[in-house]
Order: sequence, then C-alpha cells, then structure tokens
Amino acid sequence: MTRTSGAAIDDARAQGRAALVVYLPVGYPDVATSIEAARTAVAAGADVVELGLPYSDPGMDGPVVAAAAQAALDGGVRTADVLHAVEQVAATGAATLVMTYYNPVLRYGVETFARDLAAAGGAGLITPDLIPDEAGEWVAAADAHGLDKVFLVAPSSTPERLELTAAASRGFVYAASTMGVTGERATVGERAAELVARTRAAGAERVCVGIGVSTAEHATEVAGYADGVIVGSAAVRALGSAPGPDGLAALGELVGRLRAGVERAGAA
Amino acid sequence: MTGLRAAQGPYFGDFGGRFVPEALIAALDDLSIAWDKAREDPTFGLELSGLLRDYTGRPSPITEAPRFARSAGGVRVLLKREDLNHTGSHKINNVLGQALLTRRIGKTRVIAETGAGQHGVATATAAALMGLECTIYMGEEDTRRQALNVARMRLLGAEVVPVTAGSRTLKDAINEAFRDWVTNVETTSYVFGTVAGPHPFPTLVRDLQKIIGEEARQQVLDRYGTLPTAVVACVGGGSNAIGIFHAFLDDPDVALVGCEAAGDGIDTDRHAATISKGTPGVLHGAKSYLLQDEDGQTIESHSISAGLDYPGVGPEHSWLASIGRASYRGISDAEAMEAFALLSRTEGIIPAIESSHALAGALALGRELVEGGARPEDVTLLVSLSGRGDKDVETAIEWFGLTEGGGPGLRGADEEADR
Ligand SMILES: Cc1ncc(COP(=O)(O)O)c(C=O)c1O
Repeated sequence: MTRTSGAAIDDARAQGRAALVVYLPVGYPDVATSIEAARTAVAAGADVVELGLPYSDPGMDGPVVAAAAQAALDGGVRTADVLHAVEQVAATGAATLVMTYYNPVLRYGVETFARDLAAAGGAGLITPDLIPDEAGEWVAAADAHGLDKVFLVAPSSTPERLELTAAASRGFVYAASTMGVTGERATVGERAAELVARTRAAGAERVCVGIGVSTAEHATEVAGYADGVIVGSAAVRALGSAPGPDGLAALGELVGRLRAGVERAGAA
Repeated sequence: MTGLRAAQGPYFGDFGGRFVPEALIAALDDLSIAWDKAREDPTFGLELSGLLRDYTGRPSPITEAPRFARSAGGVRVLLKREDLNHTGSHKINNVLGQALLTRRIGKTRVIAETGAGQHGVATATAAALMGLECTIYMGEEDTRRQALNVARMRLLGAEVVPVTAGSRTLKDAINEAFRDWVTNVETTSYVFGTVAGPHPFPTLVRDLQKIIGEEARQQVLDRYGTLPTAVVACVGGGSNAIGIFHAFLDDPDVALVGCEAAGDGIDTDRHAATISKGTPGVLHGAKSYLLQDEDGQTIESHSISAGLDYPGVGPEHSWLASIGRASYRGISDAEAMEAFALLSRTEGIIPAIESSHALAGALALGRELVEGGARPEDVTLLVSLSGRGDKDVETAIEWFGLTEGGGPGLRGADEEADR
C-alpha cells in the first residue's frame, strides 16, 4: 500500500512533532548512489522523501540543486530512472514524492506519468512551475490514480490564491519561506510563519516549509509552526561533500541532526 | 480567417499560459493590470509615441533594394529599416514601453536577458534615459560572440552578468533573469526581450512591437498602392516577426513567412529551427514549440546568430503556424552569411546576422515565386530589417576571412551583384 505524504505527516503529528522532508535529485552523483542516499535519509529520520527529476532549465533552483541536476543529466539520467528510483525508495516504507518541473511530465504524457508513478509506489508530485490554474490535466490524472498534488505558495500569494492552491492540493501545501530560489540561507525568512498561518486560514490541512532551511536550528524553528520541514540544498551539499560512503555518511549525519532539531521543537 | 489580430492571450490556441512558480504570479498579475490600464491611457500613449519619435527616430523608413532584388528573381524587395532605430534594432520599441511601465508601477530596477546583446543594449539605454538601475544577464558564450555589445552596455551604466550555466547562451540567461526576478520582484521589473515567456509578456511585447507592421503596411500602401505579396522576418523568440506580421494578420492575401535559424542545416542536429523541427512543450513559462529530447529536456540550439540561438519560440507564432496563417522555414548559417554580404555590397547596408536570415528567406522566396510563374513586377516582398550589423563585424571577419584585400567568401556575393 502506497504511503501518502498526508499519512506520513499525520503520523509525525501523532508523535507530537513536525515531519521531516528531504529532497534529493535522482542521478546525483549517479542513479545507484542517489537511491542509496534516499534510503540513508529515511534511515536517519526523514518521514517523506522528495526525489528530484533533473531538468535542463531549473528556473526555480539555486546553484547547489541546479549543479546537481546538471551533473545528473551529464551522467545520462532519464525519466525512467526516476520512476525506478521511486520504486526502490518507496519500498522503504517512506512516503515518496517526485519533485519535477512540468515539461518532462508533459513530454512523458501526463496520464501515463501518473499511472507509472502510482504503479511504482510514488505518493505524488510536487510541481514548482505548475500553478493550479494551469494544472487541469495533472489534477485529473492525479485524482484518477489517487496521487498527492503538492502545489506551492509564496509570501507574495494573495488570499484568493492561497485558497485556490489549498483547495487544489492534496498531501500538503508547500510554503516557500522566502521570495527566491532554492539554496541555503543564514536564516529562514521571517515571512514563513506568517505565510503558514495565512495558508492554514485559507483552508490548508497541512503546510510544510521549504527553501533556505539548512540547519538543525532552522528545523527546530520551522517545526515550531509548520507541519513539516523541507530540506533540499543542504542535503544535496552534504551528499556531494565527499565521494561514495563518506558523502552518504555526511548526509546521514545531517538528516539525523535535522530530525533531532524537529523533535526538539515537539518537546518544547 | 479574420479577427486574428484580436487575440490577446494568455492562450493563443493551445499555446501560451503561465507555467511559472507561484511566487511570480502576483508580479505577472500586476504587470497585466498595469499594461491593460496603460495601453488605454492617452497620457501613456503620448509619452511613448513622443519617445519613439524624438528618441528612437520613428517612423523607420522603408527602402527599396533593387540591386539586392536581382538575386531574388527580380521581384520588388522592400526593407523595413528597424536598423536605423536608436541603438540599432527593433528591440528599443519594446524596451521604451516596458521602461515607462516600470516607472509607472513605481519600480526602480530593471533586469533583462540578452542573446545578441541588442536587447541588453536597448534595456541599458532605456534605464540610463529613465534613471533606473539595470542588470543584464548574458550567456558567457554570447559575451564572447558579442563583445562589442557588452562594452556598450557597460558604458551605458548597466551591470552585465555572464551566465555560466547550461549551454551558456540565451536560454540560460533567461533562467538566470527569472531567478533574479523571483528574488527581487518587489523592486524590479523583468523587461522581457521577445514575445515568449509567461503571459502577459507575449501580448505586451507584441503590442509594443506591432508598430513595425502598422507603419510598414501604411508606407507600402501609400507608396505602391498595394499590399505586399509576402512579409518576411527572422524568428528568434519572434518579436520583430510578430511586430511586422501583426498588422497583416487579417489580410489573407498577404503571406507571412518566418525565417528560423537552421545553423549547419535544417537536417543536421545543429540548428535553432524551433517550429520547423520542434515539438510542443513548456519552456520559460509558456506552452509553445521547442527543441526537446524524448524526456522533455531542452536541446541546445545552434546558430551563427546569437539573437536566433534559442530553442523556444513565442506562443503566438506556434499558433499562427498551427492554423496555417504563417509559414516558417529554415535558413542556414551559410545562406544567412551570403545574404549578409550581398546586401552590404549591393545596397550599402550592413544588416544584423539575425536579419540576414530574413534577407536570405526573401532571396529564396522571390526566386521560388518567379520560378512558379509569377511575374516579377507583380511580387512585392516586405522584409523586416530588424537590426544593423555593426555588432557582427567580428563574426564576418571570421566567416569570410576578411583580412587584407577581402577573402574568397566575398567574391561570390560580388558576382551575384554584378549579374
Ligand atoms: C537584430 C535582431 N533581430 C532579431 C532578433 C531576434 O529576436 P526576435 O525574434 O524576438 O525578433 C534579435 C535578437 O537579439 C536581434 O538583435
């Protein structure tokens, strides 16, 4: 039975804490290691894994994720590899989402992609460049296959758009902490807490915060007001900090610290 | 087919839309509203038309090119002289409008992408004129190909950021500009350079460029008492082409011909012929034709011309192609360079290499029409001479081997001219 992101977040909530969500691009540094990395993250305490589908024009990504995606593409990663990775990672029992720009899905065929993702045990998609207004085809396919639809909100979103996005999402709503691209930051934007509150007021059941969350301290802070803490660039950088087992170990340590950070907030 | 000129987006047929992060939606909504208001506002209209007249030098003339036309089957060839605009291309038409709009909505900084550097130069120029801060993103590869324009932008007070990601050309500069915009959207306008990108850019840029065709249609009618047989323009993102096509969209007897860069050849894998060889998909915020592989990854384009070296195209062109109102053909590097040399030698006009693709298209089309039985005196081709070639002299030196006495490559053009 596929584990949905909503179930993973609700289970964390039942333990009195926020969920930890970790992003890793498939194919970085190679397909096998990226699958191993996702398993490592799950073992170290990630509740939800976001597998990135590398794309040639990642307009919403900062240098760390963009370089990893480029390296994965240079290494020959294909869409089929991502579906294979989903199968492997979902087998750990963690909720496994795919984070992807829209064009690779459109090219694969939206309905076919949804079917194959569901068959692989994937929970659904996070779509950073697809707003609900343009997502008719994906929404229909996701509904037909029972997949999560994670749309994004931003500090600039109006109340009307928060409502629209909350209503269109299933699983959780992804709140971008700040205006900008993915990447590590010294602090998490102060607008994030306010955005989470506004998104909940607009009807969202679960709101997770990403972009710029890099350290255990950030995780504690964000876990204090959000349903989930999303870490991307910091995880990618840890994995890339050393080749082979050392990179995996660095990732495992980081995820362990982040999980402890999340639990600290629950205890407070 | 009538009423095509009324299309306003966000969708043109199946093409267009807003495939962007939610973070940009508020800014795009604001821009749409601001533009809808501005274009109805006589004060804005007067301010813009004053600048176009007194600063840009509009209307641009049309020039008949009879010596050049001998190589086009002897038909009549008319050049719409956007090369005579201040800053040397059609790009200034769009930029002045968007810069005025920026001031109107109270933003203080503009950013832009540039390929050939013409849009960057135009944006830097408008920023200097209006006292706006300016940052230009340009692929590192293009900063090399178009070094002269990099220097011009810096002289005009703009910051030029070479982009080292991906293929280091225009598409990567656009990605980088979007990243800047999403981060600084409160103070910054993205002055998009062509009729691609998310709504409202295809409509906004089209509205600001359609003056090219409006002027030209009237100029041709006034001077020759008839509409042209065909209108020919080069297509990168497609702004000069839409600009000159738009006034003719509802003249069904006027053929509209877009010339895409075919690089090494339309049947090689090194070209930028997006409509001729691409498939529908989403790139840079809009659904349109694009060069992509089986997995939807963008394929790098190739063209001798930096301004046409783009794997996407504006959605209105994809629509015009899909309904058969406009046709699109590939022009190779070699064909474009031959036309570049020919116009220089026969008419004393050095065209931009981008525009040379349209000139080469006109040469081929003129010959085809005459071979097909048309009488040369019945055929009038209106060509968008979108820019001048000063920036391309370096490339021409390399291509033709223009050292002492002129290289072998130019002799062919001489012979053509003297025939
Ligand atoms: C002179 C000239 N013509 C054409 C183009 C291509 O752009 P578009 O297709 O938007 O007109 C450029 C772009 O840099 C240019 O400089």
